[in-house]
Amino acid sequence: MSVFIIRRLLQSVVVIWVMSLLVFGGVYLIGDPIDMLINPEADQEDIDAAIRALGLDKPITEQYWFFLINAVKGDLGSSFIFNEPALQLILARMPATMELAFAALFLSIVLGIPLGMWAGLHPNSLSGRSIMTGSILGFSLPSFWVGIMFIMFFAVVLGVLPSGGRGETTEFLGLQVSFLSWKGLSYILLPAINLALFKLSLVIRLSRAGTQEVIHQDYIKFARAKGISEKRVILVHVLKNIMIPVVTILGLEFGSVIAFAVVTETVFAWPGMGKLIIESIDQLDRPVIVAYLMIIVFMFIVINLVVDILYSVLDPRVRLQDVKA
Amino acid sequence: MTASTGEAVIETTGMSSELSPFRRFISDYCESKVAIAGAIGVLVVAFIAIFAPWLSPTNPYDLATVDIMDSRLAPGMQMMSGVTAHVGTDGMGRDMLSAMFYGLRISLGVGAMSGFVALLVGVCVGLTAAYFGGRVDMLIMRIVDLQLSFPAILIALVLLATLGKGVDKIIIALIVVQWAYFARTVRGTALVERRKEYIEAAACLALSHRRIVFRHLLPNCLPPLIVVGTVQIASAISLEATLSFLGIGLPVTEPSLGLLISNGFEYMLSGKYWISIYPGIALLFTIVSINLVGDRLRDVLNPRLER
Repeated sequence: MSVFIIRRLLQSVVVIWVMSLLVFGGVYLIGDPIDMLINPEADQEDIDAAIRALGLDKPITEQYWFFLINAVKGDLGSSFIFNEPALQLILARMPATMELAFAALFLSIVLGIPLGMWAGLHPNSLSGRSIMTGSILGFSLPSFWVGIMFIMFFAVVLGVLPSGGRGETTEFLGLQVSFLSWKGLSYILLPAINLALFKLSLVIRLSRAGTQEVIHQDYIKFARAKGISEKRVILVHVLKNIMIPVVTILGLEFGSVIAFAVVTETVFAWPGMGKLIIESIDQLDRPVIVAYLMIIVFMFIVINLVVDILYSVLDPRVRLQDVKA
Repeated sequence: MTASTGEAVIETTGMSSELSPFRRFISDYCESKVAIAGAIGVLVVAFIAIFAPWLSPTNPYDLATVDIMDSRLAPGMQMMSGVTAHVGTDGMGRDMLSAMFYGLRISLGVGAMSGFVALLVGVCVGLTAAYFGGRVDMLIMRIVDLQLSFPAILIALVLLATLGKGVDKIIIALIVVQWAYFARTVRGTALVERRKEYIEAAACLALSHRRIVFRHLLPNCLPPLIVVGTVQIASAISLEATLSFLGIGLPVTEPSLGLLISNGFEYMLSGKYWISIYPGIALLFTIVSINLVGDRLRDVLNPRLER
């Protein structure tokens, strides 16, 4: 067991290191931040001073070495534009992204499970088939386009919801959050639904498949034979059993919700990490790009590692296979 | 391409029929009306994309004919040159219909090109893994699994943040994102096919590895590949549009549908809906049509479904 965990940990470290090399090397080659950042009217002396101050005069290997050493210390460089540590800049925007992501997950569970169960219990009804058609659309429509349509319809035509931004926030456990005031809710509603659509379709499909499988099991027949009301059979016996795969898969998909938040945040001007990275790419703010990519890759690797270890605890075949290989 | 598809299917499923394989495939496909609509949609889109320069009322990228006075005209109004802008003009005075035709050309071209190269790469890698097995297989599938554990948009973001904008760069990014799906699909099918007698027979005839893999194994792995390929082209077009919308995909000089939507987005809040909406509808029409065709192909090409 510990051999397995150590191997997986080492693998993760290697992946992170390869990523840092790729990201740093690639980002270095994009363009010349000096042209972007220094006043075009500055004379050569000022330009040289600025290059030295930003550390751009050193050879690339040395820059990478400093980056690596500092990264281990938790310092990923300072933004060229904001002149703040890149890590802080990103962490400051993380709560907004996290709130959006959790809101989206919450919506996809709360809406997806009942809709999926309904479609599973009434597979041939009009409503059941409409739900399934809707879930296909949720998979295939590009989410930025759906977001634009939301803005078009709810903000421009009806004028009932704001078109973007975060609006006012309330303090909750030391964090600024939107969901505690009506005003804040009106701002988070559209982006959260937009971000949720893809996962919602996934949850609908999973719960439908789960329901159709569970409903024919013996314990459901037994529960019915005992005379338990149909409501209780569905709400307790069926629901509990379809929850397991749904929750597992949603946990795995959390990382991809954060990745997709980039699109939603850009459409709705939501002040999170995703909007920051797009702006940083536009402005060639290298330290922020590198820091963001490293943080998100790190998150993914941690999620995958935890899942792998949990699986190996639950299913010994996984780790045996790995040790043999 | 379609003709060989039909033949491949019949060979694998071993169906006997009086109709020629191609006819049989077509008649199976046409049993679904929605699928016919999808196929017509794909043909229309492909026709527009190929003949865009001849179909467009104006050339939207000829700076000599684009007039800033025409900017943001509502649909149906006449431009300075006397041409009617049926779906309006954009912020720079370009006829939206022409811009959309050209945009469709770029979107479809990028999607098809990246899908095709990714298919080639994925097929070679996947077949190698399945045919040789052992360590080669393990190594390749580790890489595939690792890549598939990251969402496509994140990989594309990493690549484009490091490579920069450009048609070639986005095609590279899309290939990197997609090849793993093809590799996994072809490996799965090839592993099953490899154990069948005809491969054993070919090996007994002492045919070369290359001949067995490409002449015997590959043709029998085609049906699932065609389905995955169709769906992947749709998702590549969608991903390209998303990346261009974010401003990290194509450069402004080569606007795809995604970039047109993005350009129109800033005018939408002031009620000038057409700049964003019409390219969006075109994008949606394209993606949905391709998906409908892919969905039907999945049913027709699946030998396990009884018909």
